[in-house]
Amino acid sequence: NHGNAASGKYRISCSERLLIKGGRIVNDDQSFHADIYMEDGHIKQIGDNLIVPGGVKTVEANGKMVIPGGIDIHTHLQMPYRGTTTVDDFGQGTKAALAGGTTMIVDHVIPEPGCSLVAAFDQWRQWADEKSCCDYSLHVDITHWNDSVQQEVEALIKEKGVNSFQVYMAYKDYYQMTNSELYEVFTFLGERGGIAQVHAENGEIIAEEQARMLQMGITGPEGHVLSRPEELEAEAVFRAVTIASQTNCPLYVTRVMSKSAADIISLARKKGNVVFGEPIAASLGTDGTHYWSKNWAKAASFVTSPPLSPDPTTPDYLHTLLSSGDLSITGSAHCTFSVAQKAIGKDDFTQIPEGVNGVEERMALIWDKAVTTGKMDENMFVAVTSTNAAKILNLYPRKGRIAVGSDADLVIWDTDAVRTVTAKTHNSAAEYNIFEGLELRGAPQVVVCQGKIVLEDGNLHTSSGVGRFIPCSPYPDFAYKRIKLAVLKAVPRGMYDGPVSEYSLSRGGTPSASARNSPTKQPVRNLHQSRHSRRPPIRPAAGRRITVPPGGRSNITSLS
Amino acid sequence: MYNSLTLDRLLIKGAKIVNDDQSFCADVYMEDGVIKQIGENLIVPGGVKTIDAHGHRGMTSADDFYHGTKAALAGGTTMIIDHVVPEPGASLLSSFEQWREWADSKSCCDYSLHMDITEWHRGLQDEMETLVKDHGVNSFLVYLVYKDLFQLTDSQVYEVFSVIRDLGAIAQVHAENGDIVAEEQRRILSQGITGPEGHVLSRPEEVEAEAVNRSVTVANQTNCPLYVTKVMSKSAADVIAQARKRGTVVYGEPISASLGTDGSHYWSKNWAKAAAFVTSPPLSPDPTTPDYLNSLLSCGDLQVTGSAHCPFNTSQRAVGKDDFTLIPEGVNGTEERLALIWDKCVVTGKMDENQFVAVTSTNAAKIFNLYPRKGRIAVGSDADLVLWDPDLTHIISAKSHNSTVEYNIFEGTEVRGGPLVVISQGKIVLEEGTLHVTEGTGRYVPRKPFPDYVYKRIKARSRLAELRGVPRGLYDGPVCDVTVTPKVMTPVSSTKTSPAKQPNQPSRNLHQSGFSLSGAQIDDNIPRRNTSRVVAPPGAGPTSPRDPVPFCSLRA
Repeated sequence: NHGNAASGKYRISCSERLLIKGGRIVNDDQSFHADIYMEDGHIKQIGDNLIVPGGVKTVEANGKMVIPGGIDIHTHLQMPYRGTTTVDDFGQGTKAALAGGTTMIVDHVIPEPGCSLVAAFDQWRQWADEKSCCDYSLHVDITHWNDSVQQEVEALIKEKGVNSFQVYMAYKDYYQMTNSELYEVFTFLGERGGIAQVHAENGEIIAEEQARMLQMGITGPEGHVLSRPEELEAEAVFRAVTIASQTNCPLYVTRVMSKSAADIISLARKKGNVVFGEPIAASLGTDGTHYWSKNWAKAASFVTSPPLSPDPTTPDYLHTLLSSGDLSITGSAHCTFSVAQKAIGKDDFTQIPEGVNGVEERMALIWDKAVTTGKMDENMFVAVTSTNAAKILNLYPRKGRIAVGSDADLVIWDTDAVRTVTAKTHNSAAEYNIFEGLELRGAPQVVVCQGKIVLEDGNLHTSSGVGRFIPCSPYPDFAYKRIKLAVLKAVPRGMYDGPVSEYSLSRGGTPSASARNSPTKQPVRNLHQSRHSRRPPIRPAAGRRITVPPGGRSNITSLS
Repeated sequence: MYNSLTLDRLLIKGAKIVNDDQSFCADVYMEDGVIKQIGENLIVPGGVKTIDAHGHRGMTSADDFYHGTKAALAGGTTMIIDHVVPEPGASLLSSFEQWREWADSKSCCDYSLHMDITEWHRGLQDEMETLVKDHGVNSFLVYLVYKDLFQLTDSQVYEVFSVIRDLGAIAQVHAENGDIVAEEQRRILSQGITGPEGHVLSRPEEVEAEAVNRSVTVANQTNCPLYVTKVMSKSAADVIAQARKRGTVVYGEPISASLGTDGSHYWSKNWAKAAAFVTSPPLSPDPTTPDYLNSLLSCGDLQVTGSAHCPFNTSQRAVGKDDFTLIPEGVNGTEERLALIWDKCVVTGKMDENQFVAVTSTNAAKIFNLYPRKGRIAVGSDADLVLWDPDLTHIISAKSHNSTVEYNIFEGTEVRGGPLVVISQGKIVLEEGTLHVTEGTGRYVPRKPFPDYVYKRIKARSRLAELRGVPRGLYDGPVCDVTVTPKVMTPVSSTKTSPAKQPNQPSRNLHQSGFSLSGAQIDDNIPRRNTSRVVAPPGAGPTSPRDPVPFCSLRA
């Protein structure tokens, strides 16, 4: 009964019962030996010598680790791209996820600028409900900003179960938001308990650099990384942190790809900012030297934004920060294109569709590079691959923990298994795997999703369409306990009743807009009018002299 | 008291000469405004005015910023560099001429001029080139703040910096994030905070640090030397220090105000006093800031000091009595600068007398290509020097200062160290506490581009920065059969976008869409879409009247 249910919803029947015996349960806070009894997709009992109904299916864990199923907090499955879609749809992508020990994904809804967020969300729901093999949630990307978008965001938070929204600081003239818009979005989210996610790169400078590269005749994938140096990522992270801090909004930086960006996040955390960093499988597992590969298709398969850093010590550094807690959560940003799709940009790197694989490799990569090397322990491993994601999504402890009442999503992890990553055997439909040839220790032995075994003895038994949408509620404690409203107070003073310099030009009656400026060194200038046009009438500089009347105070008005 | 015939020849005997690299005892002989001889037992023409400088130190000074030359001279500063601030829309050259005219008629000491770029279009490039080549300007200031007025976008800053680098000039930046400041001002006002404390509340130091970080990034990308004016906070100074450790060519300029006082006064119950501190970026409310900045100045992480002297009368400030955003910005400091730094850095042992000369004079002269004519006591240098008395003590007060404003932000500060004699252009302008200045004697000092101090490194980097593509055979595999926007042939800067990962409208012309971000409607795309359907290969579905884009069609 675990076969592919080709059609219709797979209903969880009451007969779904499962017992895992002799495992060592590893949560983010502790590890202990106990049996786990699951029923109806939930964990019902944990302990020794459990009393369970007869005839229940039993899996013998033989002392192996039992961990909460992984949560991949960042995927782009079945993502539309210029009329086609990424090669891994929700079925294929979640199958790959399950094969790697990930039992829940969170996909990004990307509405076209100008289109309805709610409509896009519903569309994504429909696609995912049809095909997803595991539970999922959705982030919604805010690709433009106005009052109606604001209302839609509110509706998504209140009625649709979305608590995280991504904004873009790159993709100039397309998705990119101005600082003022970021400020407004962050303020809005901060007041409603949402998480502001940010794609951090300085799009303005990238546009300039891209033009420069193309002018120099660099058209291959190496131009991608040359035009997006890691400083531009770090700069944008710094700016996002500043705005989030001003607006008192929790910030989540998606895709931390470079050392400098990671450093900015750790510094901000040391200063007390509520900010979370998400390195992805790609930045944790490989580097950007491949952009210089002579094989165009291979080089192009690494194209993603922000790009992989050409500094080969980056992955190790990011693992260290992940282990120390400076970076909090991992995703894959899985977004796979075929070589033919990548080839859209064969003559111009700016046209190469961006995205890399990683949903299947994420857990094993982190185990191999961080746990077996002694950087982090098994509990931290659970935290960064599952628990922290559940917390920030406000799904904890339903997800991200092995506890009575939690969802029965868990993995028996075999720390001794060794696998070699290769496109020949991976579950993605892409021709290239950016981790090709990596030998990884650690792999899932048994994967249980919704209380059912989906991976056993190396065989996948997934069912398309069984995945449920898991709504996320606002104000996750993980982020919002620390967010406090700052109250500012004015200084009580008597009214100033001294002389006032004659302010020669009429003052605009409405001091409303943001354009009010204090003019350095120009007491006289009418700033209120000048804001209406970038080019105020040229006023001879000599005119400034008029404003300070000869007596200095000929025109004293009594104020009060 | 001194005969005019002797004024142009001057001998200082028995002084300890302090330059930025060494100190030594010698006599200095000056003639016609230039130092002619340095040494012992100098042979000089008879009838020379002689100053016995026993036990005192001589040093030069060059300031950087704003007028008030009389006050400057009183404080031991013998040169200033003022900022030309053209109205947006006005010609740079005519503003420059205007400033020249004002300064030539008024200045009591030599001066030079920075040019502020208050708007940006390609047409200004020629004017900048003229200023550099014909008018001796080698520094340009851009603003990241004053939204909708002076503020430039990141792309504009990128272009300006590229131009500046090609011209061999220095990019200066007023670093604050204007977008956030504008939002915060609105928020603070809406909370009913209208007094001067709103000024600092709406411009927290993070916003300054952010802008410094951003300008460092752009300067790095464009390989352009960067000079951050008015470093007011610890975090901004830290960003500069870190950037220097990473190798960026960047200089930081703390000012008298940030070195000498803090922003706690914005909360003063006396409105006029609180308003007197209003400047941007604001003084930090953190009272440990001055000490921190003095430390960084001493260790070399910050290099140059200015005063940003720009004081206003209380009645002028009162324009903003009901709204802090209208308070004219600027503080005093040109007169107090040297004594403040001496008191807080040299007396406390943070820096020695040579470093003192470096940060108050020599470094500025080097960066702006005036060295060794200015910033050094050497044969052939200008005869601008100061006999400095380290034992002089005085209390700063608006009652006795040479500025015309009613408040002095350093009121009541007791400083050790002060100028005993000040010589400008070979003439004594301060002696025994008496100023003898002459309006209009100040000369404009032109500055050449490509200062060695800055550009030696920039030039080496330009040579290294050539990038090469990877030689590959042509990709001849299958290409996904989707509609691809044909590339616009002219790769005009800043409109090319990488439409990454988007559920993209196949026919959306990204290059054109750059012209209107705001108010874009879904319908805007329709005409373009129809025309670009031609581009789509028939395979994409010739019968479909619409794009194969899921989202937009949903709304129909």
